[in-house]
Amino acid sequence: MTLFLEQCLNGLQLGLLLFLLAAGLTLVFGIMDLVNLAHGSLYMVGAYLAAWFAKRFDSFFIGLAAALPVALLLGIVLEVLVIRRLYGRDHLVHVLATFGLILFFNEAVRLVWGAAGLTLALPEFLGTWVQVIPGVPYPVYRVAIIVVGLLVAAFLYFLVQHTRVGMLIRAGAADREMVGALGVNIRLLYTLVFGVGACLAALAGVMAAPILTVQIGMGETILILAFVVIVIGGIGSVRGAFVAAIIVGVLDTLGRAFLPGALKQTFGAAAASTAAPAISAMFIYLLMAAFLIVRPEGLFPAAGGRK
Amino acid sequence: MPDALVRTRGLCKHFGGVVATDNVTLELNRGEIHAVIGPNGAGKTTLINQLTGELFPDAGSILLDGRDITREPPAVRARAGLARAYQIVSIFPAFSVLQNVALAVQATQPHSFRFWREAARDARLLDPAMEILARLGLEGRAGALASQLSHGEQRQLELAMALATRPRVLLLDEPTAGMGHEESRHIVSLLGTLKSDYAILLVEHDMNAVFALADLITVLVYGRIVASGAPDEIRGDAEVKRAYLGEKKKAPRRTGAAD
Amino acid sequence: MSTRLQFALGAGLLIALAAIPPVASLAGIPFLLTLFTRIVIVAIASVSLNLILGYGGMYSLGHAVYIGIGGYTVGILAFHGVHSGLVQWPLALAVSALFALVTGALCLRTRGVYFIMITLAFAQMVYFLTVGVAKYGGDDGLTIARRSSFGGLVNLADRTTFYYVSLAFLLAAVLVVWRISRSHFGMVVRGACANDRRMQALGFPTYRYRLAAYVIAGTMGGLAGALLANQTDFVNPEMLSWTRSGDLMIMVILGGSGSVIGPVAGTVAYMVLEEVLSGITEHWQIILGPLVVLMALVRQGGIVGWLSPKRHA
Ligand SMILES: Nc1ncnc2c1ncn2[C@@H]1O[C@H](COP(=O)(O)OP(=O)(O)OP(=O)(O)O)[C@@H](O)[C@H]1O
Ligand SMILES: [Mg+2]
Repeated sequence: MTLFLEQCLNGLQLGLLLFLLAAGLTLVFGIMDLVNLAHGSLYMVGAYLAAWFAKRFDSFFIGLAAALPVALLLGIVLEVLVIRRLYGRDHLVHVLATFGLILFFNEAVRLVWGAAGLTLALPEFLGTWVQVIPGVPYPVYRVAIIVVGLLVAAFLYFLVQHTRVGMLIRAGAADREMVGALGVNIRLLYTLVFGVGACLAALAGVMAAPILTVQIGMGETILILAFVVIVIGGIGSVRGAFVAAIIVGVLDTLGRAFLPGALKQTFGAAAASTAAPAISAMFIYLLMAAFLIVRPEGLFPAAGGRK
Repeated sequence: MPDALVRTRGLCKHFGGVVATDNVTLELNRGEIHAVIGPNGAGKTTLINQLTGELFPDAGSILLDGRDITREPPAVRARAGLARAYQIVSIFPAFSVLQNVALAVQATQPHSFRFWREAARDARLLDPAMEILARLGLEGRAGALASQLSHGEQRQLELAMALATRPRVLLLDEPTAGMGHEESRHIVSLLGTLKSDYAILLVEHDMNAVFALADLITVLVYGRIVASGAPDEIRGDAEVKRAYLGEKKKAPRRTGAAD
Repeated sequence: MSTRLQFALGAGLLIALAAIPPVASLAGIPFLLTLFTRIVIVAIASVSLNLILGYGGMYSLGHAVYIGIGGYTVGILAFHGVHSGLVQWPLALAVSALFALVTGALCLRTRGVYFIMITLAFAQMVYFLTVGVAKYGGDDGLTIARRSSFGGLVNLADRTTFYYVSLAFLLAAVLVVWRISRSHFGMVVRGACANDRRMQALGFPTYRYRLAAYVIAGTMGGLAGALLANQTDFVNPEMLSWTRSGDLMIMVILGGSGSVIGPVAGTVAYMVLEEVLSGITEHWQIILGPLVVLMALVRQGGIVGWLSPKRHA
């Protein structure tokens, strides 16, 4: 039981990381109708920047504090140089161009930081354990991820629901032309949204860095999970992304933790040991397929999100 | 009348707060042109969309030849004999005019799982397609890309495609809109000759055309039928004048809809 | 894009490709044959992707999965001692077709960007499956001890023979897609791509035609996989990684997605470019990436489009 609760916490933590990534992706899609495969590259670059700055200045927090603005800047530059030219064009063009960006970023990172990968060390107090559930020591850092994820979710909720920018964002997701008709500086809004998305992706990268290794290609695996999240949540919906991210995070973690045991009981050890890792890896995609059968539009379809 | 080809009963459809179709019951008979008129936003296109299956009604039913097709998808209805011409031209711009019509002819075949034979050389598609183009006076444009046609010609192509599916029922959404005088006269006379073979629902803003062609006129306002009858009755109907033809002695029954 | 131009380009490519083995041996560069065998096989996959992407508007970002499925079917059968190509290959095609049928039935319920992401996700699912199953090598892949045998019919172990067999399959694939694209079936698929709503209003139940096209393309992709497994005597998850799917998409667009021969030209151009760039610098992808971005931005009918004398609309 305690193991189960601990895995639930792990799932929540993965879910919130996914949410950080998916939120930017779904916003960018909802507002600019842009499919951005390179979103995972920003996650990777965020992680690398943090690891590098942290090592350089020997402080996790300087790493964090330096990585985010640089990522924001990078996002803005990227938007101005490339992404801006993609608005209003075929999704196929988006896929190709952002795929090209991935090739570029992966190689650029290899060029700058080498192929070996980096690690990001935690400050001491974040490396300890607390008892969130009585009797179960749980890493403080993972608790920190959960807290940050929830804070960002709350911040985004406030931003989208209660501010003028948020009003524009919601209007943009529902009806793109209307926002233009309001005489808003669309260009600036787009650049801003893309920058914020980049920043969130980088934040996810920084948060994940101490748990995973910082390596080339790290963005792509999680990007595809984030796709699953926004497909389940409904493209363009931040709320959907939040709910779906938690669902995916928890189910994926629980699946990996408990499916092998369950399989062993039903099919015997031999069969389970071959099938279990495969099935738990596929679990989340099967979940997505199931969602598609029941709700092809996702949990919270945004009005204008589908074309 | 049990022999109506198409019959709707109590159709209702709303979009959020907008009532686009409000308890519409009407019939289409073979050999008749049933005109549906009404101001912009009255729900004429929405009605056609429900007849073709592109929208499902919230309530009510649609019968085709006695068979309930209310929940059937568009392709099934088309195969059962419904054809439409869209208000906003909906053709295949990158195909030639002939290919557009040939594709419509192809739709009448039992299936299209034919993988080898070249469609563009299949006389069973091309001959009927040419015939229909000739009937509409478009045969000279057969080789042109559909996107190169003038707006009026595209509308004619739209009609040609509807005819090419060999329907029993034609649902025509403003077939002469945006046409020149000549073209539109041509279409009106064509519709006169088509009449005997089809049941036609005609949505049209040109009142001269409507009163020249229609056997029956139904007036829609805010999705609701305010009058229905022979052209002479409609011409004299006070409510129609008030609600539609512009005489506003009384305040309209409902206000507020964007129009 | 006139038929004549496509035909000329196709004939030219065919002659050039047919000349590769003698050229490679005369010039004493056996690597050339290896490279072009690979190119020819990948071109089969590009041609098949083009059927759904170019004609059907189905932007699959998971097409490499069929290469993987075809390859792993051959590899797994060989692992269990089944070496007959007459068993391996039909089974490779059948498994690919089945996977395409099941996932396609789901994917085609969606449109646009959902479709892109879901094809990607399903491909990724199989990728993790291949990574996860340790019995068949997991991450490290599976070495194939012996190439598919076809009795005394052909000897695939001979490099030149293998090349010409692959080329024959490519030719067949091009012909099949060419015929299909102009057939009744092809017109429905193309019509559904241009204006699905109109097609349905005309009376075409487009879903089943699109699904059929998806299955055909997947099956042809499986063929490419069976060939590739034989060429490399090896299968691994990398074959079906999502970057491979992205590469396929690039090759199709680079060559020209609306034409039958375009993807072949695109595959040759892209893979030769990769080869040249990687000869120049270890960090060649830093050049390739921006090139791909540029190509996407100026996309104009691809190679076939550039060769065409002024294309209308
Ligand atoms: N898909 C939709 N979503 C929301 N509202 C819709 C939709 N389609 C139509 N409406 C609304 O329903 C009402 C009826 O529209 P409809 O297009 O049927 O009118 P119409 O009689 O064809 O008008 P017109 O003469 O301009 O063609 C209008 O108020 C319109 O705004
Ligand atoms: Mg209308």
